[in-house]
Amino acid sequence: MLRLPSFRYLEPRTLKEALRWKSESGPESMYVAGGTDLYPNMKRRHQEPKVVISLARIRALRPKGRSRKAASGLTLAPMMTLTELVESEGIRESYPVLARAAELISTPILRNMGTLGGNLCLDTRCNYYNQSYEWRKAINFCLKKDGAICWVAPSSPRCWAVNSSDLAPVMVAIGADFLLVGPEGERTVAAADFYQNDGIDYLSKHPGEILAEIRVPPRDGWEATYWKLRRRGSFDFPVLGVAAWVRWEEQKVAEARIVLGAVASQPQPVPEAAAAIIGSRLDDEAIEEAALAAFRPSKPMDNTDFGLAWRKEMTRQFVRGALKELRSKLVE
Amino acid sequence: MDGDRAVQVSTEVRQAVAADHPGREKRVVGRAHRKVDAVAKVTGQTRFADDLFLPRMLFAKLLRSPHPHARIVKIDTRKALELEGVKAVLTGEDLPIPFGILPVSQDEHALALDKVRFVGDPVAAVAAVSEEIATQALDLIEVEYEPLEPIASPEEAIAKPEPRIHDYGDRGNFHKLIHLEFGNVEQGFAEADLVVEDCYFYQGSTHLPMEQHAAVAEWSPQGKLTLWSSTQTPHYVHRALSKVLQLPPSRIRVIACPNGGGFGGKSDPFSHEIVAAKLAMVTGRPVKITLTREEVFYCHRGRHPTLMWVKAGVKRDGSVTALHFKSLLDGGAYGSYGVASTYYTGALQTVTYQVPRYKFQGARVFTNKPPCGPKRGHGTPQPRYALEIHLDKIAERLGMDPAELRLRHLVPPHSLTANYLRVGSMGLGECIRKVVEGSGWREKFRKLPYGRGVGLACSSYICGAGLPIYWNNLPQSGVQLKLDRGGGVTVYCGSTEIGQGSDSILAYVTAEVLGIDPFDIAVVTADTDLTPVDLGSYSSRVTLMTGNAAIQAAHKARDLLASAVAQKLDVPPSRLEFAGGRVFDVQDPERGVAFAEAVQLAEAAFGTICTVGSYTPPPAAGRYRGAGVGPSPAYSYSAAVAEVEVDPETGIVRVPTIWIAHDVGQCINPVTVIGQIEGSVYMGLGEALMEEMVYRANRNLVHKIPSMLEYKSPTTLEMCDVVTYLVEDPDPSGPFGAKEVGQGPLLPVPPAIANAVYDAVGVRIDEIPITPEKVLKALKAKAKGDAGRFGPISFPEIPWPDPIRVPPPWEGGDGTAVGDKGRGAGGMRERRTRAGDYAGGEARG
Ligand SMILES: Cc1cc2nc3c(=O)[nH]c(=O)nc-3n(C[C@H](O)[C@H](O)[C@H](O)COP(=O)(O)OP(=O)(O)OC[C@H]3O[C@@H](n4cnc5c(N)ncnc54)[C@H](O)[C@@H]3O)c2cc1C
Ligand code: SF4
Repeated sequence: MLRLPSFRYLEPRTLKEALRWKSESGPESMYVAGGTDLYPNMKRRHQEPKVVISLARIRALRPKGRSRKAASGLTLAPMMTLTELVESEGIRESYPVLARAAELISTPILRNMGTLGGNLCLDTRCNYYNQSYEWRKAINFCLKKDGAICWVAPSSPRCWAVNSSDLAPVMVAIGADFLLVGPEGERTVAAADFYQNDGIDYLSKHPGEILAEIRVPPRDGWEATYWKLRRRGSFDFPVLGVAAWVRWEEQKVAEARIVLGAVASQPQPVPEAAAAIIGSRLDDEAIEEAALAAFRPSKPMDNTDFGLAWRKEMTRQFVRGALKELRSKLVE
Repeated sequence: MDGDRAVQVSTEVRQAVAADHPGREKRVVGRAHRKVDAVAKVTGQTRFADDLFLPRMLFAKLLRSPHPHARIVKIDTRKALELEGVKAVLTGEDLPIPFGILPVSQDEHALALDKVRFVGDPVAAVAAVSEEIATQALDLIEVEYEPLEPIASPEEAIAKPEPRIHDYGDRGNFHKLIHLEFGNVEQGFAEADLVVEDCYFYQGSTHLPMEQHAAVAEWSPQGKLTLWSSTQTPHYVHRALSKVLQLPPSRIRVIACPNGGGFGGKSDPFSHEIVAAKLAMVTGRPVKITLTREEVFYCHRGRHPTLMWVKAGVKRDGSVTALHFKSLLDGGAYGSYGVASTYYTGALQTVTYQVPRYKFQGARVFTNKPPCGPKRGHGTPQPRYALEIHLDKIAERLGMDPAELRLRHLVPPHSLTANYLRVGSMGLGECIRKVVEGSGWREKFRKLPYGRGVGLACSSYICGAGLPIYWNNLPQSGVQLKLDRGGGVTVYCGSTEIGQGSDSILAYVTAEVLGIDPFDIAVVTADTDLTPVDLGSYSSRVTLMTGNAAIQAAHKARDLLASAVAQKLDVPPSRLEFAGGRVFDVQDPERGVAFAEAVQLAEAAFGTICTVGSYTPPPAAGRYRGAGVGPSPAYSYSAAVAEVEVDPETGIVRVPTIWIAHDVGQCINPVTVIGQIEGSVYMGLGEALMEEMVYRANRNLVHKIPSMLEYKSPTTLEMCDVVTYLVEDPDPSGPFGAKEVGQGPLLPVPPAIANAVYDAVGVRIDEIPITPEKVLKALKAKAKGDAGRFGPISFPEIPWPDPIRVPPPWEGGDGTAVGDKGRGAGGMRERRTRAGDYAGGEARG
């Protein structure tokens, strides 16, 4: 069997305690939420913390009864499980795009353990990397862990591992903000700035910081949707995600964001595609133009399931599909 | 799905069965029963190999090669041995004797001796007090390798005779070359109205059993080895242990634990089994090894990736005048069952539709990848895929309905084929009619809107191989029955329960003959100390062979009981019936005794009641070299219609429903039969649409995706609806007429889907898996005016040996090759060894 290596496990009760223990334990320590990403990674020696600090017992990070809803939007707790997110009536009604993206994540069993915060902090993925230690040894490792070369792009100085979270592109598209709490205090970052296009340094969050709140903007005239491409509907990671968001004013698109998931180390906004629909009534020509605009820069790498050319081709199909779905919602 | 499921057993067939056994209605056989091990399985009581814990047990781990092809220069284990908690470290030198499942391919070592042949080849082993320490110790073993040029593909293996992966085989990196000709095919092509030629490729796939292989070994102070293992073939493991460890078989006990699925992946003796045994002997402590999922991918022995070329000549009415078939199998790094697999890619083309002249050329090459072997359908799904698509193309060119074409030219029952396979009962016609009717074929074929389509395909499979794996003239299956004076019955048999229900079959069949409740029967299986030999759970042999052996043993016991009861009741034994737990006079059912009393009467008269039965298949009709693969006591038949939805924008194929009919001869238990059919459809669906064993040729030939997440296989949510029709055309060779069902129903699924894709969007995907990429490419090519097809376009030049020419029966042949009169039967007997010669000898010759 593939065994989890031994480690020390801490269960702080407060944010303060967590931050203190984290700084005391130093760089060889990590936070864990549901563990559905971290523990399999530890088995494969991707992360090798000697101390694992669980966020599960910290009340401030748990959903407090109902998620808070205010005129300024909705605040979500990072320790909300994906199942809680999917099943929350309030979210299903007011933010169906979140419930939809969460529902597309893996299996019911995983969603019972996996959390929203963990999903947003998910390690980037690559099929040269998500392999056992022995396997990686056979390719002499890679840049992301224990090696010197990126096998996906050998001449590249950086790692191209893929951000494979289904909720991350949605958060970027709808313009969510994240509250981070660290040893130096609190700060708020826009979801778009939380992610970085680097497979190793994929978050602007410092290792000691805890993602403490997810703030979703109020529903004031926007619609959003998320389309996910994968081999099996039952539990695969995305090989392409399309999050599309539009603000509708006077029967026209006033503002739009189209963000691709699973094609870069961060959720990838395609402003060209968004620009193509602004001012339109989401008529076929505008949608086609946007689909083409998203297709052109889409550069999938050879590190997930399916072939590159097909994945690129699917960008067009999925952007088209997502926008047509939005049209049907808005024109009603 | 439930609502869609129809089980239809034709009543004429039922009557035919009854006519076969006059005067006696079957009470157990043919009815739905729980499996005897079902409650234990669903309540977690079943003890799989990894569930065993023995006092003072150590844990073993294998160090595997990070190179696809390399010479081992030096191994230094000192640092590993110094690690606290490590109890022993083994390397190839500790186990220098080679082994392998086939006598002709004794090419494996428990730990690489001088050379590694694929990434994952075991090199050293550690036993330690915990798995974590054993894992740590692996990193402390220093191995110096001298890399050799790896051979990545069959094309490369053909082009590069050097470096040779093995120093045996037919030449260079060819493991096996076969060339057989039954009648003059060129003449047949000359007589044809239409000759169609094409290439096909069937990708490799693996078994993916839920249970990862595990073994526990114990060495007793008095010098006896016991090995518990998740194996489908305890008898062959017994032989391999005896050979490699140089212990007499009487000092080895192999117990096959219930397998959490096998599908052919646990049919070879494996490195980890031998290593666990040796570590137990060295340390004097029990040793357990449980493979990781990744290691299971390295054990592999799955479907051979196979390139095929087919040329068929037909008359205007669709009758075949000649068939020429070539296959090229990518064998991976070791022999395994590969010689048999290669023969199987050419053996069963003749048992479905009449083929008067037939030529087969098969080649297997070694490459530096995990070894291929037997996976559900062993060597036959690949040619079936090619043949059934080929027939679909032919039907279209002749303007015939593909179902009609097949129905017109079925092999007649009780006949001999061009390659001397003896067909018994043959229910394919009935199977085709069932699925054609059930699926609404006539309303759908070439009539559904663009994007939706239906496809039809058929197949046949063996019910056990005619010849055993190592040459001997012993029975292939033995059963022992012990009747307790309390009325309990124990069945002992070497067969192995891998989830397919073989334990239950023994109970049902015995219960039927003795007239008792199957749940009053204790079943003891797969223990070389306790049970008579059965060769194992492979080849779809178990129900037919153990069933027949059990019937024989039960009849002997019944005769003893009948004679004792007859004396007491003062009636002739022939008037006694065994039913409902009683033995009674058929003419006066009130007069009789309870079953327990019958046993007591018999025990008083004859002493302890123990009987035995055994089964040996009939001899093969062919007597040419190679005739050993293909013959079987009986052949099962299947037909399937798949309905698909193809999205022309994305190329994504969905399969909502498959209708499948299977001629099982006679259901012993219809529920388990349906279970096997649905399981086969599931596996065929995965192979058809997504499964792929792929390696990174540019990165040391590592397996690209050795995990349950990234090796794509359907889950229940991707599974299609299955409508099953059971056709019962009893075969005189089967127990109560039963034939196999474990493997055959997989075969028609991939070609039916491929044919349906063509019906839906007009492109031929002559290569599985049928991925969206391939469909979209073919659609784009078609839109540009090119051939709407995705698949291989040529078959490489291969230095074939001269053909073995065997005139078919209708050309006056007697099964021997031209110029080879008087030769004994059987290709697998090429290298003979003495029967019972356990330890030595196999590598000779
Ligand atoms: C088989 C399988 C399939 C999957 N499929 C999908 C899929 O389709 N789509 C998808 O999006 N994901 C998928 N996942 C990934 C993942 O498990 C889930 O996204 C899950 O939500 C992760 O949450 P967690 O709480 O288990 O994270 P954990 O494993 O606990 O944590 C993940 C990372 O985030 C950090 N972290 C967690 N919470 C915080 C916090 N509050 N503050 C700071 N850092 C934090 C941890 O330190 C760790 O580095 C899959 C995983 C598996 C094993
Ligand atoms: S993208 Fe390159 S560096 Fe990053 S994980 Fe993959 S192979 Fe390694």
